[in-house]
Formats: sequence, C-alpha cells, structure tokens
Amino acid sequence: MQPVQESVGGRPGDDVVVLDGLTKRYGARTVVDDLSLTVRRGEVYGFLGPNGAGKTTTLRALLGLIRPTSGSATVLGRPAGASAVRVGALIEGPGFYPYLSGRDNLRVLARYAGAPPGRVDLVLSTVALTDRAGDRYSTYSLGMKQRLGVAAALLKDPELVILDEPTNGLDPAGITDMRALLRRLSAGGCTVVLSSHLLGEVEQVCDRVAVISTGRLVVESSVGDLLGLRRLVVEAEPLEEAAAVTAGLLGVERVSVEDGVLVVQAGPEDTARINRALVLADVDVTGLRQEVQTLEEVFLQMTGSGLAAAPPSDAPPGGSRRRLPEGAVR
Amino acid sequence: MSTATQTRTPERGAPSSRTRTTGSLGAIVAAELTKLLHRPATWVLLGLWPALQLVFSTLIPYVSYRRGASYEGSPPEALLASTLPDRLVENTISGLPLFGGALLLTLGALLAGSEYGWGTLKTLLGQGPRRLTVLAGQLLALVVVLAGTVLFSFLLTALVSWAVATGAGATVDWPSAAQLARGFGGGLLIATTWGVLGMLLGTALRSTALPIGLGLVWVLAVENLIVNVAAPLLGAFDAAQAALPGVNAGSLVAALAGDDAELRTPGVAAIVDGGQAAWVLAGFLVLFTGLTALLLTRRDVT
Repeated sequence: MQPVQESVGGRPGDDVVVLDGLTKRYGARTVVDDLSLTVRRGEVYGFLGPNGAGKTTTLRALLGLIRPTSGSATVLGRPAGASAVRVGALIEGPGFYPYLSGRDNLRVLARYAGAPPGRVDLVLSTVALTDRAGDRYSTYSLGMKQRLGVAAALLKDPELVILDEPTNGLDPAGITDMRALLRRLSAGGCTVVLSSHLLGEVEQVCDRVAVISTGRLVVESSVGDLLGLRRLVVEAEPLEEAAAVTAGLLGVERVSVEDGVLVVQAGPEDTARINRALVLADVDVTGLRQEVQTLEEVFLQMTGSGLAAAPPSDAPPGGSRRRLPEGAVR
Repeated sequence: MSTATQTRTPERGAPSSRTRTTGSLGAIVAAELTKLLHRPATWVLLGLWPALQLVFSTLIPYVSYRRGASYEGSPPEALLASTLPDRLVENTISGLPLFGGALLLTLGALLAGSEYGWGTLKTLLGQGPRRLTVLAGQLLALVVVLAGTVLFSFLLTALVSWAVATGAGATVDWPSAAQLARGFGGGLLIATTWGVLGMLLGTALRSTALPIGLGLVWVLAVENLIVNVAAPLLGAFDAAQAALPGVNAGSLVAALAGDDAELRTPGVAAIVDGGQAAWVLAGFLVLFTGLTALLLTRRDVT
C-alpha cells in the first residue's frame, strides 16, 4: 500500500520534527526504511505500529542516540542529536540509578540538562511523585518508575517531548493522569511525539498519527481523517461486476473485495448513488451497510498485522483482501 | 499525576539562543560526583585499597617485629624500619600495581558498564549533553575521587607509621615535600590508568561482569605469568613486558620508593626506570581515554 501523506501546510518554522528518507539498517536487516514525516509545532503526534515496526528505533534517531544509515532527521531546525536543543525524552522505559532516590536521580539529570534545581520539585509534583521522592529508585513500582521517566523528560521545560510508550505500567488512574498531562503540555505550546500500542489512547490524545509497519510509513494523517475513511460494505451479485461499477464511480483506490463482499471507502452520502448505479447495471444488491471504524481497525487493516489486541470480529485484517486491477473499471 | 500543577514555568517564552540547554562541564562533574559518592560500591572499593595497603605494608610487618620474627633472613629491626615514616611513599602506594589496581579497575568498569546495564546512558544523553562532555565529566569525577583516595591513603599510612615510630621509640623522619608530591602524583597516575582501563572495558563490552572478570584476570594473573613465566623463557616476552601497564606501574612505585628500599610487595619491581614508567603509563592513560571516547562517540546507543 502506498503511504498516504497529507501535504504539509504550515510554515517551515512550524515543523518541529522532519524526517527525510530516514533509513536504519543493522547488517542485512532494515529496521527503518525510507521514512519521511513531519511533526508540527504544538501538536500531539502519535506514532503507531506493531511490535518491531521500528518505532523506538525512529525515536532513538530523533534523539541522536543512533546514527541513520541514510536520510536525515531534523529536530527544532537542527540535526537530530545536536546538543542545546530543548528536547525531553523517555525512550524504551525509564533508566535510572537504583541506589539513588527519585529526587537525587532528577538532581543528577537536572545538572546534565542545565535545568535550575527548582525544576526538580516542580516536575516531581507534576507526576505526583513528591511523597516518594526521597525513596530509593529501586523500591519504586513499575508505574512510579515510568512517572519518574516522564518527570525527567520535563526537566528542561522542553519545546519537544518524545515519549515512548508513556503509559506502560500505569494503572487506569495513571493513564488518565498521563492523558491530562499530555493535553496540558500541548496546551502550553509544547510539541509531543508519543508512541503507543494503546490505540484508543492515541485516538483520544493525538492530533495526527503516523502508522508504520516493518519500518515503512503506511499513513501519516490526522486522526479525524483516518477515522473518516469510513467503510461501506456492499453485498452484491455478481461481485466482480459490482466492484467494476463502483470503481468507475469512485476510483479503483477506494474499492476492494474482502471475504466475498465489496468494501468501499465511502460515507453515507455516497450510499444512495452507489446503490443506484449498481441497480442500473443489473447487479443484485443484497446488502448495504456503513461501518464506522475505530483507529484500531484502521490500524489493523493498514499494517495487516496482529497486534496485542484481538482484531474485531467484523473487521478481520486484510488476509483475503484484494485490490482491483486498474482495468476493472466500468 | 496532579492535574492542578503547572508543568511549565510561567516565564518560559520563545527559546533564546543564550538559554543554557545543557549542563556545563562543572555541573556534569558535580552530577558524576553525586553518583559516585552515593554508590555503596564506590566506598567498598575505595575503602578496601587503603585498608589492605595498611595491613600488608605496615600492620603485618609491625606485628611480626613485635613477635621477634624475621623476614627472609632480615632481623626484626629491618621489619620495623620498613614501617617507619621515612618509608611513607612506598608503604602508601605499593599496592597500586596489583591489588589496588584490580580494585580501581573494577571501579572504572562499574562506572562505565553500569550506564549500559541500567539504561542510564540514554537517559543522560537524552538531556542533551555532547557525548565527549559526558565522558570528560565522568573522567574528571573519577580523578577527583581517586585523588581523594590516594590522599586518604597517605594520611592513614602516615598516622599509623607515626604511631608505630612513637610507640617503638624510633626516629620520626618524614620524606621530603618533593618526594611526597612525586609519590602522590605517581600514585594518582597509576590509580587513574587502572580506573580508565576499567572504563574502557566497561564501555567496550557495555556491561560490568565481563569487563571486571577480564580486567582482574589481566591485572592479577596474565601480567604475572608474562613477567615470571614467559619472559625468562622467550626473548620476545622479555622485551614485551616492559610495555605492560602493571609492570610500568610496579617500576614507577619502585623508583618512587628510592634505591635503598626493600621491595617485597608483589608487582613492585624495577623492571624499567621510573621516568620511562611514568611516560608509558601516561601513554596508556591517553590511549585508554581515546579509545573510550571513540567507542562512546561512534557507536549507537541502543
């Protein structure tokens, strides 16, 4: 499937992250493959993909922790990894000194970040860890460790926060709080890039998302647009004839045959004229129904992968899915 | 997480080019000192060296003297003389070529290797400092801690040897200031070389257990085997031993101890002269630092 990319409408200065043909190979294995995307100032940008899709590798490249094999990553107008850039990050789980307290860990990092000492207590209170800040990190629960990781990402009062699976290990209340924090950061003008496998969460928090699979960009779009790709399921006989007529009406790229039914990317506004066209072409229409998709369903269709969550029973990933050939249009 | 708390400072506006967004080298050294001094392993390793040093160079000879024992034909008085204040330099640093070196190499390997094991290197680098600044901060903090330990070892040995001399009614005859300064500098050079070798191994292997194991085998076994077994048998090893860090450390201690010193600590022997030993050790220090910097800056942090 060709990546669907929206044109970038903002001014160049509004682009906080620009990936241009980013590729990372380890030996013969390509982990990130020719990835290009843009994150704009002030937005919450979701990075979605199944395990091993290359999300964390891409985020590492944004921080300069790894060197791309080819392509480039620009962060806040400078090459990724340049020092003196206001970026805060939590990549692949928190990493702290187990023998230091939470507060001492942050004090160490504040010195590294050039952040004023007062930031330490501020960010501790932001993630609700003030009460346990004096305890050794090794005694923290998984959720507390994760929250300390987020606190460390906020030390610099960053313009860009990169969070890799920020809700890992959090309980439901912690997840709600994290969502509120992300919204507050965004409202304060901070740009947030987050990866997550909790699609519902991305759906609720993110302005735009990039879906990647096996290192390649599948789609970069606003959440609204992604969900707006509604599906009209048509049961008709003969199916090939129905597909050809519908493709002639809406374009081949919006029509596919899945599990013996015709699936059309079309909203309710198109239903009547598709039905009319099929009837006029002597096609027997036995069923017409509109499916509103969750982001999870869109994700599963696009990546064609099994994620941790089971696929919805009425929207199997595209195993038996096939596109129409160009010549099928009537 | 509190939803009422402000995350951002009110005065934050557009970023200024003058706004400091990474820590200065001084701040990073302070951070590294915090890490080192709060770490129990630091105190164990740095405490063991002066303690073992004192036991083997001063306490055991003194107890033997009190019991009237002799050492390899030397009279008990010679044992007492070896513990007195005029032998302060060698009694303070004679353990560094061997067991002190092993402990300090372990410290260096822990310092660098733990950053990978705990995933803290990515956290540190995520705060935006240049990798070389991180390394410089870690090295300087290590040197500060080692200097403090060498100084402590001097003070401890001085105190005990003064007590021994006073108790035995012997003359309290301190080394000159120049001898003390050279002894301190030489001790610190040896200590730092071992510490940085540990950091190199910890960085190269991105862990702690394997570098410590390999480092200990090298310091405690391999160099000894080369000097005592291989060198007498094969000419190539005889020449090569002069380039080993442990041999040069032992030769430097021997030179700092003076010509009339009785060298009985394992690892201390005048195989090369003192000046050459100091230069070779300095060369190793530069080499180990350079290799560590190369590995840290060139490799991906995964």
